[in-house]
Amino acid sequence: MNVTWPHVVRSEWIKLRSLRSTWFTLAGAVLAVIVIGTVVGYATNAHWSSIGPEERARFEPITRSLVGVNLGQLIIGVLGVLLISGEYATGMVRATFAAVPRRLPVLTAKAVLYAVVLYPVLLAATLAAFLWGQHGLASHGTTLSAPHALRAVLGAAAYLDLVGLLALALGFIVRSTAGGIATLVGLLLVLPGIGQALPQSWRENTVPYLPSQAGGALYIPRPEDPGSLHFWAGGGVLCLWVLGALVIAGVLLKRRDV
Amino acid sequence: MIEARGLSKRYGDKVAVDDVSFTVRPGHVTGFLGPNGAGKSTTMRMILGLDAPSAGTVTVNGRAYADHPDPLRQVGALLEAKAVHTSRSAYNHLLALAATHGIPTSRVHEVLELVGLTDVARKRVGAFSLGMGQRLGLASALLGDPKVLVLDEPVNGLDPEGIRWIRDLLRHLAGEGRTVFVSSHLMSEMAQTADHVIVLGRGRLKADQPMSEFLATATTTHVLVRSPDADQLAALLQGPDVTVQRNAPDLLDVAGLSAAAIGETARDSRLLLTELTPQAASLEEIFMDLTSDDVEYRT
Repeated sequence: MNVTWPHVVRSEWIKLRSLRSTWFTLAGAVLAVIVIGTVVGYATNAHWSSIGPEERARFEPITRSLVGVNLGQLIIGVLGVLLISGEYATGMVRATFAAVPRRLPVLTAKAVLYAVVLYPVLLAATLAAFLWGQHGLASHGTTLSAPHALRAVLGAAAYLDLVGLLALALGFIVRSTAGGIATLVGLLLVLPGIGQALPQSWRENTVPYLPSQAGGALYIPRPEDPGSLHFWAGGGVLCLWVLGALVIAGVLLKRRDV
Repeated sequence: MIEARGLSKRYGDKVAVDDVSFTVRPGHVTGFLGPNGAGKSTTMRMILGLDAPSAGTVTVNGRAYADHPDPLRQVGALLEAKAVHTSRSAYNHLLALAATHGIPTSRVHEVLELVGLTDVARKRVGAFSLGMGQRLGLASALLGDPKVLVLDEPVNGLDPEGIRWIRDLLRHLAGEGRTVFVSSHLMSEMAQTADHVIVLGRGRLKADQPMSEFLATATTTHVLVRSPDADQLAALLQGPDVTVQRNAPDLLDVAGLSAAAIGETARDSRLLLTELTPQAASLEEIFMDLTSDDVEYRT
């Protein structure tokens, strides 16, 4: 009866499933992705005649049905932060790290568990959003067999999964719910906005590498910004962000007092 | 067995624990006393590897806590505030802790039964009273059937019945040969529970001795003596182990002599005594005496 990694994973699974907030938040993210994709699909089709030629030229049905990811990423992010900040807020961390004093297994177990549990749920959400969104778009829509369609559906779920992991790492680094969520929103939404104000040469070398911009390549086949990274490069850059954040989280976790 | 050697903890300029060495032995209830802010909780967190010492070492059963492959089976801990996620049920909380060591579910039911929480095990911990929270903390501490128990203020928030229950439980656990290390800021509580005492004041070790010895040395009685001839009497009572303090023109506070001895001295010199009152110092006073320069926050 020793502490082993599988034991810690099992413990983290019990913790994850025994909080009602886990299920509420996850359901919220899934609903956001599906409902927004579906409604936007139907609305676009209904108002097609009023859409100008310029916008029609830019129109891309795959991305259109996956716009719910924009809200979904924040909800998944909140859940990721809460996974550990909730323990700091309640004092549970002391019990957690008294049981697993080497500490790192807790971080890796949470990360692996969160990524693995989340992915199928998120994939079901992005797939449903795509199918219902295309149904809503009717003749303006496309099918899963269209070029890049399946990849975008898988990619959108992967993007959300990676944002969840980034948020988890931020939760470990910042150790507070409010701080973790604020940092995540800053990284995902605020920095790209600030980036737009930079001189063009700076912008081209920074903005595409921000987590939400790079990660966008995973589910946006035809980005508006010509400088955007492609599928694998963008996904790779987002993975590096996640990995970097997890490494920093791990180092701080080992170094700091609980 | 808990062994601390030169244990220190600094937070910036502030010294919370200052070069403390002690050994907590199995088979005894060892009380860990000190006013709030004396460094008791910090010391306990260092024992559990939650805080890293600035200097010195502390081992449990011969190893640093974090080096044990099965820490919950070595040390059971009850930490000061509720270390529980308030939205989770008591059962799931214990189940999650047990899972880290592969401790079977049957043991979770056992400890719930032992602390009397079986009926409310499925309720959210957030709805628990302070006393129920302490019982849950004890249940988590006992989960791994550990040889060493580290309990931070376990009687906090318990009613008299609960306090007696904890006292009996601690004595029982020590009787089984376990090491029981209990902190408290209440001297009187410890006097009834502990057979050894370690006293901390502003991070420093103030006492480390058997409770009986501690009480004996600490209970030097004072005697209040009122006499119109206080001057003369004071001179007669002076001695190597005696201190005489003048509280009023006719009132002396004598430490180190019994009331009988003072009465005899007065009779022998034909001095009139109008009052002779032994003052048994309460445990709380002894404790305050020992740590009086060390109380950081007076309320």
